[in-house]
Amino acid sequence: MQQVVNGLFLGSIYALFALGYTLVFGVLDILNLAHQAVFMLCAFTALALVGTLHLHTLVALPIAIVAAGLVGVLLERAAFRPLRGRSDSNISGLISSLAAATIFEALALAAWGPGQFRFPFGSVPDRRLQLGGAIVSEVQAVIIGISVAMMLALTWLLRRTRLGRHIRAVAESPLAARILGVNVDRVIAASFFISSALGGAAGVLFGLAFNDVSADMGRSVELKGLAVIILGGMGSMPGAVLAGYGLGIIEVFTVAKLGSSWRDGVSFAVLFLVLLLRPRGLLGQAATRLA
Amino acid sequence: MEALLEWWLTYQSAVAFIGVNALLALSVYATLSCGQLSLANAGFMAIGGYAGALLTLHTELPFALVLAAAAALPAVVAVPLGLPVLRLRGVFLAIATIGWGEVVRLALVNWDYTNGALGLVAIPQRAGPGVIYLCLALALFVFWRLRGSRAGQALEAIREDEPAARTLGIDTTAYKLAMFAFGAGLAGLAGGLEAHLTFMVAPSGYGFSRVVDMLVQAVVGGIAHFGGPVLGAAFLTLLPEALREVSRVTGMEPGPLRLLANGLVLLLVILFLPNGIVSLPQRVREWREERRAARALVG
Repeated sequence: MQQVVNGLFLGSIYALFALGYTLVFGVLDILNLAHQAVFMLCAFTALALVGTLHLHTLVALPIAIVAAGLVGVLLERAAFRPLRGRSDSNISGLISSLAAATIFEALALAAWGPGQFRFPFGSVPDRRLQLGGAIVSEVQAVIIGISVAMMLALTWLLRRTRLGRHIRAVAESPLAARILGVNVDRVIAASFFISSALGGAAGVLFGLAFNDVSADMGRSVELKGLAVIILGGMGSMPGAVLAGYGLGIIEVFTVAKLGSSWRDGVSFAVLFLVLLLRPRGLLGQAATRLA
Repeated sequence: MEALLEWWLTYQSAVAFIGVNALLALSVYATLSCGQLSLANAGFMAIGGYAGALLTLHTELPFALVLAAAAALPAVVAVPLGLPVLRLRGVFLAIATIGWGEVVRLALVNWDYTNGALGLVAIPQRAGPGVIYLCLALALFVFWRLRGSRAGQALEAIREDEPAARTLGIDTTAYKLAMFAFGAGLAGLAGGLEAHLTFMVAPSGYGFSRVVDMLVQAVVGGIAHFGGPVLGAAFLTLLPEALREVSRVTGMEPGPLRLLANGLVLLLVILFLPNGIVSLPQRVREWREERRAARALVG
């Protein structure tokens, strides 16, 4: 039972991160490898807000998330928009995002150095609760809560708002959407804002959960994020959520049964198995669709 | 003569590293030349590096055989890996190959026989610029012969439009697999050479950032011609030297600065010069033509 709780908590973070990945892939058909850099930068931003400006963690959280969203918009403008007409835009978009990720990581290293940083003592709650045979820490519960809230908000956004309809339209066919009067540029920018906000949120929560923020924290999560979206199906948001939680639970149980050196290996095993046996993942389709 | 000798002593290792990086960039170019973005080569380089190191440390084999093994082993491993993986298109292939690289690295970190994360040290320095450039020359010779040949044309066809190539009767699977294995062999060879150049091998040297480096060098140099990756390798290996002044002036640490420069150069190239440095003369020519035509119009 304890492991299930741990898996849910880890899975929440993976699911949030993967949602951001899959949103951009669904809308633009591009794999944004800079997503993990935004993940990392947002964690550092939150750390700076709490550590240097002494803001309360719950105040720093939304500020950092909005900042991450803005970075996403900047990223789209600088690295993806110029490539939009090109025939090989998938591959060049990938390479461009790789360049952006390298730049972000370099800036983080220059600003904060290669060390590992912790949140200041007292800024992270550390009470524990008993819940039916399992010990849940307050941090874990809050993280699960915030993640679920963000996922519900995202679903509401995509299903019930005009922006959501526009996003789904652009994901279906940018040309048709433009003909129907949708401001495609603005919708894509909004998608990147949301995607990066999700990724950034995952980063802050990850940093809080493990009390460990470093310039290379995006690396391992990036690959797990890829495993999640492949497992869930590229472009499928419910798939990302399902697979995120799935991978979280699988990982936690693998570590419990086989030891921690298998922690990362299991994600790759899942990745390869899915790619070889069912490349479209659990909920993916031949054409990419959202929600 | 004295000055030349001094220059050589100072820059010898840089020249050697350019050679190794050129081989690595060419290994990425091998798969890019038929349109496949494979990011697996850091993993193959690791296999070659470790194989070379283990052979040198535990056997009395001559260096040539050690290098041959370092190249052959990854190439052999690439075949069963490539068969299922090369069926995936574009982005999925990239992801699968990234995964492979990480699998190799993790396996090495957890392998006690090779000291896990610490790796192997005290490898005698059997590689120097001579051997490295000999291998590079051989590789370039292969690419040169490939260029005009039927095989080369088949590869280009696959790169331009794979389904169309298949309808022309080209065995796309065989060609892609051959280039995948060739790239793996080149990467393994480079790994073996580097191991005997830097005295050590460790899993940390074969991570994702390594394969990004290779990709950057290939793309920046230009993937339209096999000379491109060599140019890119030279440019990006020498860049840190040029940045030393910048580091001093801005106060930024050389490590992050090199990373920043790599990222910026890659971004600028992919946005404004997508066919790399190699295409610069052609672009300048085109630009001049446009200017001339415009001026003629205005009269």
